[in-house]
Amino acid sequence: MYSISDNPEKPLTQHIKHDGARLTLKEYESTGGYQALKKALQMNPAEITRIVLDSGLKGRGGAGFSTGKKWSTIDISENAAPIKYLVANADEMEPGSFKDRFLLEGNPHQLIEGIIIGAYAIQASFSYVFLRWAYHLAGKVLTQSIQEAYEAGYLGKNIAGSGFNLDMSLHISVGRYMCGEETALLNALEGKRANPRAKPPYPSNSGLFGKPTIVNNVETLSNVPHIINNGADWFLKLSKTGEGGTKLYGASGKVRKPGLWELPLGISLRELFEDHAGGMADGYQFRGVLPGGGSTDFLLEEHLDVPMDYASVAKAGSRLGTGTIIVLDDKTCPVGMVHNLERFFAQESCGWCTPCREGLPWTTKILNALETGTGKTEDLNVLEFHTHYMAPGNTFCALAPGAMEPLQSALKYFKTDFEMHINEHKCPWK
Amino acid sequence: MFYQMLTAKIFYMTEKILTSEDITEIEKVFQHFPLKSAACIEGLKIIQKNHRWVSDDAVKELAEILEMSPAAIDSVATYYSLIFRRPVGRHVIFVCDSVSCWIMGYDGILNHLKKKLQISYGETTSEDRFTLLSVCCLGTCDRAPAIMINDDLHRDLTTDKLDAILETYK
Repeated sequence: MYSISDNPEKPLTQHIKHDGARLTLKEYESTGGYQALKKALQMNPAEITRIVLDSGLKGRGGAGFSTGKKWSTIDISENAAPIKYLVANADEMEPGSFKDRFLLEGNPHQLIEGIIIGAYAIQASFSYVFLRWAYHLAGKVLTQSIQEAYEAGYLGKNIAGSGFNLDMSLHISVGRYMCGEETALLNALEGKRANPRAKPPYPSNSGLFGKPTIVNNVETLSNVPHIINNGADWFLKLSKTGEGGTKLYGASGKVRKPGLWELPLGISLRELFEDHAGGMADGYQFRGVLPGGGSTDFLLEEHLDVPMDYASVAKAGSRLGTGTIIVLDDKTCPVGMVHNLERFFAQESCGWCTPCREGLPWTTKILNALETGTGKTEDLNVLEFHTHYMAPGNTFCALAPGAMEPLQSALKYFKTDFEMHINEHKCPWK
Repeated sequence: MFYQMLTAKIFYMTEKILTSEDITEIEKVFQHFPLKSAACIEGLKIIQKNHRWVSDDAVKELAEILEMSPAAIDSVATYYSLIFRRPVGRHVIFVCDSVSCWIMGYDGILNHLKKKLQISYGETTSEDRFTLLSVCCLGTCDRAPAIMINDDLHRDLTTDKLDAILETYK
C-alpha cells in the first residue's frame, strides 16, 4: 500500500489484518510467532541484552532511551534480588498519539512474546501490561491472548521446557496522563496515587513493591522478537539514518489523509507529511507541526527536510516523541492550540511539585485571557518566565517541562499571533 | 452489655452497600498482590462496575476490607478521573477535548450534545439516562473528533451522526 519507502520491511505491522482484528495464537505462530522466544530461551540472558543494545533500539514511548542500556542496569548475577518485574507501558495518553493502540489490538501476541523475551533477559518472574482504560478492545484481546499464551505453555512454569518461569497480568488503569511516567505508573500498579517517585533510586534498583523493575513501551517490546529472529545488523539497516528499526508514524489535524504508517526510522518529515499524510486538506495551508505528540516543540516549513529520528529532531529543536505528528493549519489559531494543550497539562498535573501545580494553571489562565481578548503585553513576559521556571530540572518529573515545549516554541515562531490577540483585544480566528 | 447490644443492633440495621458478591470479588483480587492495600484501585473498579459509582459508605466498607483508612481510599478514588465519586447515569458520554479533536472541531459535537441533552459537563439527564464528561485524548486522532459512550468508541463524528448514535442508548 505504501510503496514509497526504499526499504519495504515492516516487521511490526506486516501481519496485522486489514480490519485490524487480532491475530490469534495460531495465526501468530503461522507467521513465525514465538520462534524468537524459543531461540532466546536457548541463549544466555546477557546475550539477549547485548543483541538489543547492538540493535540500537530506543524507547518508543517518547524518551528514546536505549532499551539495551536500560536492561543492562538490572543485576542478573547469582546475588541478584530473586523477584524482579517487567512492565509493558500501554498507557498511551500523549495527546495526538494513537500508535500503540494499533499494535495492541492487531497483534497482541507480538507484544506478549516481546515481554517474555525481555523478562528472560532481565530474569524477571512476573510481568504486567499496564493498559489505559479507554482501550477496551485492547483489554479484551489482551485478556484472550494472555490466556492462550498460558495454555500453550509460553507463560507459567517451565516455559517451553527451559526451566524459566513467568507470570503475566493485565492491569487496566482508571485515567490520568501521569500514569505514563514510569515511576508514577509503578505507584498506580501498587494501588496508590500516581505521583512520580524521586530518582534515584531508579526502578532498576527499587521499582514495583521495592523490587528491581523495567518499564518499556508497547512498540519497544513489540520490536524485540524481530531483533532476536533477524539480528542487530538487520535491525540497524531497517532505519534510514542508522538509529535502528522502523517507527510507527502518524498524522492528525487538517491533512488530506490522516493515518498511521510503519516506515523506516529517519524518513523526512516532508515524506511523512506530503507522501503519506497527503499534504494539507483542500483549502488549508501548512503553518507548523508538533512532531511527536502534545509535549513536543513546534517545527515549521523550514524543518520539513529534517529526518524523523531522535538525534535529528532534537537538533532541530524539538523531540521525536511518539512520532505521531499534529499539524497546525492557517485556519486554526496557534494561541488557541497551545491553550488547549496547556489546559490539558494543567488538568493532568498530579499536583505533587509546586512549579507544575501552580505554573500550569497560571499559563492556562493567561492563554485563556489572550483568547478572550483581555490579554496584556506583559503577559507574554509571564509566559516566557514560565517556560524557564518549569524547565527540565526545576520540576519533579517531565510533565511540566514537556508542557512547556509547545508553549516556548509557539512564543518563538508565532509571536505575531500572540501580539495580534493583545492588540485586537480578541482572537482573530473567532 | 446494654451498650454492646445497642451498637450490635445499629450495626445490623445499617444497610451495607457492598454485597457479598462484591466482597468475594474484591478478596479474590488482593490475593494477587503482596499487600492488601495494593488492591485499592481494583476494589474501587469492582464497586463502580457493580454499582455505577462509589459512594461515601462504599469507601468506608472498602477501607474495612483492605485494612486502610477511608481517607487513604478516598485519596486514591479522587485522584483517578474515571472513578466516579458522584452518581452517574446509565450511559456515560466521554467527549475527547484534546488537541487533535480540538483542531477538528470537537466543540461543535460538545455544543450539540449540551443542547440536545440539556446538560453540561458533570451533569446527568432526567431519568438517569446520560451523564456528560470530558476525557483526555482517546488515542484515535486520525479519526477525530471522537467520543466514547460507555465502552464504545464513536469516531469521524459529525453532528448529523450524533442523534442516531444517542438513540441506540436507552
